[in-house]
Amino acid sequence: MSATGAVLAANTGREEWPAVLERAAREVFELMLGCQLTIAAPTQENMEITSMVGLAGKLCGVLSVRCNHQGGALMASKMLGVEPANIGPEMSDALGEIANMVAGNFKNKIEGLSDSCMLSVPTVITGQDYQMQPATDSDALELSLLCENLPLKISLVVHH
Amino acid sequence: MENVSALIVDDSSVMRKIVERSLRQAGINLVRVHEAGNGAEALSVLSENRVDLILCDINMPIMDGLEFVKQLSGVANAKDVPVVMITTEGSESHVVQALSAGARGYIRKPFTAEQVKEHVIPILGVKV
Repeated sequence: MSATGAVLAANTGREEWPAVLERAAREVFELMLGCQLTIAAPTQENMEITSMVGLAGKLCGVLSVRCNHQGGALMASKMLGVEPANIGPEMSDALGEIANMVAGNFKNKIEGLSDSCMLSVPTVITGQDYQMQPATDSDALELSLLCENLPLKISLVVHH
Repeated sequence: MENVSALIVDDSSVMRKIVERSLRQAGINLVRVHEAGNGAEALSVLSENRVDLILCDINMPIMDGLEFVKQLSGVANAKDVPVVMITTEGSESHVVQALSAGARGYIRKPFTAEQVKEHVIPILGVKV
């Protein structure tokens, strides 16, 4: 799999964005973690780790990757090539990079966004007792996925 | 060139490790790997060390990769060291900016070890 797939025109309907986001995520997980993502039913399972990257410019919003601690350790271990039990503080760094790469890969697949949409440095939040409240009207795309049977959610909140 | 000393510049320590692993998987005999978390740190590393290759992210705090490459031309013992950018920023303008600033190659994240090999081996002239 290559991350240099076809680029969608910017005027392509946003109804295609979920598929583009899914493809962007799949490429990151396959190339950088060596694992296949599978689509899952939405779950209410606790996901206490949230990794976020802001987008600003022609597209404004936040891309987030949410998972539980076990899933976070698995993803970090895949990136680093070590056992999940040996993952320590580098988990946040790894999850931040995953969010960063998914966001970057997504915008690079949509013509007109690559040049005109900037990414923030990632932020990782631990805990669930919070609410995200966008300052403006927004839409959200959400993918429920499994990485080796551990749940994760990838969301893209787009501000109008 | 069989023994390569490299400088990997990225604000993510995880990504620095992945880049190092990819270089080794590409068959490059790394004898020394220096790391820096941003362009300013990288310039500091280069003031005290000689390297054969630099791999550099673009989006970093304090000094980003494009500014680092620009300033590298003023570093006497490093101005001719090849720089390959490794970044999520995949736009044409970023590529042009990086190459205009002096970078010799550009790899988009996510990447494979094979892509690292394709970009780095010709620059180094390494036989693997």
